[in-house]
Amino acid sequence: MLYLELLLQGLIQGSMYAIIAVGLTLVYGLLRILHVAHAGLFALGGYVGLLIFNETGSLILAMPLAAALVGLVGMAVYRLCYQPILDRPPYVALIASIGLFIAMEELFRLIFGPYGLTYKNPPLQAYVNLFGIHIRAAELCMVGASITLLGVLSYLAQNTRIGVACRATVEDPEMAASFGIDAIKVRYLNFFIGSALAALAGIFVSLLSNLVEPTMGGVPSYKALAIIVLGGLGNVKGTLIASLVIGIVEAFGTIYIGNLLDRDAIAFAFLIIVLMIRPQGLFAEK
Amino acid sequence: MGIYEISLGTIVCINIIFAMSLNMITGFCGQISLGHAAFYGVGAYCAGMLAKAGFPMYAALFAGMIFAGMTGLVVGLSSLRVREDFLAITTMGVNFLFLGIVRQQDFLGGELGVSSIPSHGMGKIGFLVFVMILACLVIAWSHMIKRSWMGFAFDAVADDEDIAQVLGIDVGRYKLVAFAIGTALAGLAGGLYAYFARFIVPDDFGFITSITVLSMVAVGGIGSIAGVVIGTLLLTLMPEMFRFISDYKLLIYGLLLFGVMRFAPEGLAGLIKSFVGFICKKRAAL
Repeated sequence: MLYLELLLQGLIQGSMYAIIAVGLTLVYGLLRILHVAHAGLFALGGYVGLLIFNETGSLILAMPLAAALVGLVGMAVYRLCYQPILDRPPYVALIASIGLFIAMEELFRLIFGPYGLTYKNPPLQAYVNLFGIHIRAAELCMVGASITLLGVLSYLAQNTRIGVACRATVEDPEMAASFGIDAIKVRYLNFFIGSALAALAGIFVSLLSNLVEPTMGGVPSYKALAIIVLGGLGNVKGTLIASLVIGIVEAFGTIYIGNLLDRDAIAFAFLIIVLMIRPQGLFAEK
Repeated sequence: MGIYEISLGTIVCINIIFAMSLNMITGFCGQISLGHAAFYGVGAYCAGMLAKAGFPMYAALFAGMIFAGMTGLVVGLSSLRVREDFLAITTMGVNFLFLGIVRQQDFLGGELGVSSIPSHGMGKIGFLVFVMILACLVIAWSHMIKRSWMGFAFDAVADDEDIAQVLGIDVGRYKLVAFAIGTALAGLAGGLYAYFARFIVPDDFGFITSITVLSMVAVGGIGSIAGVVIGTLLLTLMPEMFRFISDYKLLIYGLLLFGVMRFAPEGLAGLIKSFVGFICKKRAAL
């Protein structure tokens, strides 16, 4: 019973990581940039979603609206921050991204206050009985949403022209361009989708803790970086599996070796061990 | 000089040693490290614990240096397995691992850290002069290394590992040397910090500290010794200069980081170089 419960907790946590990490890995696949500011967009999603919900009282309205808005901000981040420095060595974009992330966190703190905001009457807090294990409705929704969203995305990537264009650009940008694919458009689309997903993850996380705070992006973002590396950098399928694996490793780790290492350290210890054995990540293509 | 200026001067000198140590790894040898604060922490904890056990200062500092260097050598081994972005995330993981271990160890004080570290017994001005001399020595030594055969080898590794290998440079050995020297110097800086603050907590050596020191190096100009010194001075003193707008200082810090990378990716050193080049050209035209 304990095992099952831990496994379930791991999967729930893992599905949250997955929604964040997919956006990151899309960006990495296209631009070879470690996009730390992604976590800023995650927090922005939490804030926007909460504000809309508290205004209107409708989660159905808050979620797509926040996702669309943050998606647009993500496109702006690409245009203003990354596009001009793409031909520089990778650390340039990395540090610029970290600077942007710090600035975003500080803006949230200055505008909305250091203690964060809470939902007026938080939705989806009821407990659901699933095979004798009690899960909160919000957790269930998060898992459901992540499966649906990622499923729809992978269907679109396989079966639509723009999806094929995206995959082709990741595979071989020059060849794709010579076939008339507009690489810039593909990048905008990727930033939009990735940022919108991060925003949804932000809303779910804030629902689980009934809190959005300026620093909420920190820990998940570092872990998402670890996950995309584990998944083989730029490999979407690998990233999904890695998210679940990290979620489960953490859930079991905190119970069994929690007195040796804290939660974050367990995830990174696992990452380091895997990388020493397989330096290209768990699921590299070649 | 008031007490305030003296302690500010001491912190600047400690940071210069710390930034120089990262410059050895990232600047000279081209190996990105996002976890340099871990070695700073190893040095600080080692020196602090030994000082409390009654060892004299020179012995404690030296031991901290050696211990940090040895840890660095082990982490450096990972740079033989993984490269670039993978290495960046691995070193970031090392930082979280260090924090996770320290936080859970009772004999290292856990979350509360190590307090009442004995005094260095030099007086505040004496310690400032001592740290200043060490900083100058480190700068001079960096110069020597940069101009030596080893400096050229580092340069070749940073430029293109594969070509360096073909040229007969033992890439792995030079990487390890860079890691050993760089992390040992970070350990020295950490030990000095422990004696300066006389109270250390795990959070002093977190990911934020790693980012801060990387920013000092990058804002100054990666690989440039004068640039790194200027960058360290600027980023250490800037929060103090902006005290009158203390609430906004981190925002400005983030924006500065972003701005320098976005508009002057070679850092201040690159900016000054191109400015001098511009003046010279004008003169030649006249």
